[in-house]
Amino acid sequence: MITKTIFAGFGGQGVLMMGYTFAQAAMMEGYHVTYLPSYGAEVRGGAANCTVAVGDEEIASPIASEPEYLVIMNKPSLLTFQNRVTHGGVIFLNTSLADIKPTRKDVTVHEIPLAEIAETIGVPRGQNLIMLGAFVRKTSLVSPQSCLKSIEERMKGKRGAAWESNRRAFMAGYEWGQSK
Amino acid sequence: MHKKVLMSGNHVIGEAAILAGCRFYAGYPITPQNELAEYMAEHMRKTPGGIFIQAESEIAAINMVLGAAAAGARAMTSSSSPGISLKQEGISFLACDELPAVIVNIMRGGPGLGNIAPSQGDYFQATKGGGHGDYRTPVLAPAHIQELADLTMDAFDLADRYRTPVVILADGMMGQMMEPVIFKTPPPRQYDESYVLKGKEMGKSRFIRGLILDAIRMEEHNWKLYRKYQVMAQKEVRYEAHLIEDAEIVIVAYGTAARIAKGAIKRLREEGYAVGLLRPITLWPFPEKELREIAKKVNSFIVFEMSTGQMLEDVKLALEGRAHIDFYGRPGGVIPTPAELAKVIAYKARRNER
Amino acid sequence: MKKVYSRPKSLKPTKFHYCPGCGHSTVHRLICEVIDELSIADRTIGVCPAGCAVIAYNYFDVDMIEAAHGRGCAVATGIKRVLPDRVIFTYQGDGDLAAIGTAETLHAANRGENFTIIFINNAVYGMTGGQMAPTTLTGQFSTTTPFGRSEKLDGYPIRVSELLAQLPGTVYIERCAVNSPLNINRTKKALKKAFLYQMDNDFGLTMIEILSQCPTNWKMSPPDACRWMEEVMMKEYPLGIIKDVTAIKGAE
Repeated sequence: MITKTIFAGFGGQGVLMMGYTFAQAAMMEGYHVTYLPSYGAEVRGGAANCTVAVGDEEIASPIASEPEYLVIMNKPSLLTFQNRVTHGGVIFLNTSLADIKPTRKDVTVHEIPLAEIAETIGVPRGQNLIMLGAFVRKTSLVSPQSCLKSIEERMKGKRGAAWESNRRAFMAGYEWGQSK
Repeated sequence: MHKKVLMSGNHVIGEAAILAGCRFYAGYPITPQNELAEYMAEHMRKTPGGIFIQAESEIAAINMVLGAAAAGARAMTSSSSPGISLKQEGISFLACDELPAVIVNIMRGGPGLGNIAPSQGDYFQATKGGGHGDYRTPVLAPAHIQELADLTMDAFDLADRYRTPVVILADGMMGQMMEPVIFKTPPPRQYDESYVLKGKEMGKSRFIRGLILDAIRMEEHNWKLYRKYQVMAQKEVRYEAHLIEDAEIVIVAYGTAARIAKGAIKRLREEGYAVGLLRPITLWPFPEKELREIAKKVNSFIVFEMSTGQMLEDVKLALEGRAHIDFYGRPGGVIPTPAELAKVIAYKARRNER
Repeated sequence: MKKVYSRPKSLKPTKFHYCPGCGHSTVHRLICEVIDELSIADRTIGVCPAGCAVIAYNYFDVDMIEAAHGRGCAVATGIKRVLPDRVIFTYQGDGDLAAIGTAETLHAANRGENFTIIFINNAVYGMTGGQMAPTTLTGQFSTTTPFGRSEKLDGYPIRVSELLAQLPGTVYIERCAVNSPLNINRTKKALKKAFLYQMDNDFGLTMIEILSQCPTNWKMSPPDACRWMEEVMMKEYPLGIIKDVTAIKGAE
């Protein structure tokens, strides 16, 4: 089975980093993975998105015409992508930067106030990892351990203060997912 | 053996080239292959003896590669469609001078400036000798990132073995996409150095030239190149046959289109259609014999390309009317979904039955 | 009797194909004399152009490669970067260097590539049969300026040496000529100085522009061509050092 997710937001929100961390975690667990970022003129003007496909079989197309999951970090991305998600799919919505609800009624929506959670734990720049934590908890596509290892890999194995903030952010999201 | 890593196609080409001993890269920025030049800028200059030059144009870049190849370096340049058009003069000279080099084309939509979306419109240019004169270049068309890494390394060996420019033909999707990859450790470079210009040292002076004014001698050179191409056609054909054994319909597709075809085949098989895939990995030399072999059992072929039909001509030439050939194409940078292709094939299959 | 004149060792014993009175053969000889005097024949690599000197490898007994029209400086860049301890020169005409190869020339100069351009300026396209060159003088007749070069319609003659001298990547540029014994001697000194600079440094482009007679396409007798160069051509292209930031004194 192949599961596809689109991560979308604007540049600087760590959208590509979120997708990459997830994709790398899936690779570490031995899955087939593709990661396709938006590029070129598509990303001029600030939009950023990437598509991650994870499966236990060869992945034909890295593009997601009907993704199972949609991770939305801001309002414009919701408007762009909400109609793409497959019937019965799931939208993860950052309510801190999207003051509207999805119009789709045939999908599950998880509303996550990322700015609030980030403020509570004192990691204002960790919103993407909070989102990733919640995503991993709700989808169970990969284990939280693999994700933490993937984050560590991204930081070239350095376990300093930055690593600690990232870990805290990811776990806060994961726990949020557990509580809802 | 290297560790499994998640890398984009453009970076993978750079890393594989450096591991294969490439020590000279010249290029000019063009989307969607900029990440390759950027990777080389950083990693070539970190590699002992590694040379990176951001050239003033694609024409200059390919000619720098020609100079570096004449001086004995493993040399590479890369670009995307419009830039590859500019390089054709240099590729023709490399072919004539019999110098080894690797040219990467990360194709985008065209003609003209086109767009930056993945496309397969440069098949003719790559496989039919895109520049002037009577020559061919081996063309390698990877369909996944691991294969891209392996073929990049192989490209340098092919270039050395036949003293020829070799083209790696991929598209914007292969350049931008990340997949897990494990880099091999290639064997050390083996080649006949006799052509390399180093200064005559203690021996005789040599020259590398392309001008052969005497028509009879130019003809001799043409036939010499031709014989070399014949050997390549005998020895270097590569392809993947996927679910061919029981197939009643065979899709012929390469690169990104072949991936989509595999997705379509999965769907079609679930619906009861016996569909297989022949994926040429070398576009030149083209797997003609293999196609003819399949045509002994299969009467229905569908060529699928992200173009208006270029490889289609090679399939027709290979099959010489032996089987029914359909075509489906999406040019201009459109990437069809496996579901779309499956629908098209199912429709054609039903129509052909009637 | 003492032998005072003989063929330089690095000049192959081959008959030149150049026209009577052409400057190329003189320049070839001078380059070979310099290569011999510096004992660098075993580590020199030359790049020949498309043009009358396309088969210069038949004359120079050093390693040579032919570049596509205009691409000499790009090819030389590739060779020199891979083999930095070799002496590299390009031999290029005005069309090659300053029309079709302008970008390659300008950017090699701007990168300060450490090779020597030997630039043959004869104000005309020789091999293709006398068409206008970028350096053709205003009013000069050619097969593509049958009414004389018009500044308005055909542009101005380009002073390549002065143009490249603007760039910090160039270290030594001199304009010479081969129309008289005095000028020939000066040319040789300039060539030697450029090669010496290249051998002692790892950065900086050197270029010797050589005004060279083309009696055939100028439609003059060889003596008239030498006089025309002195009286007309040198007004547009004055001889002398255009730029010199090397510490090397004139080679004797």
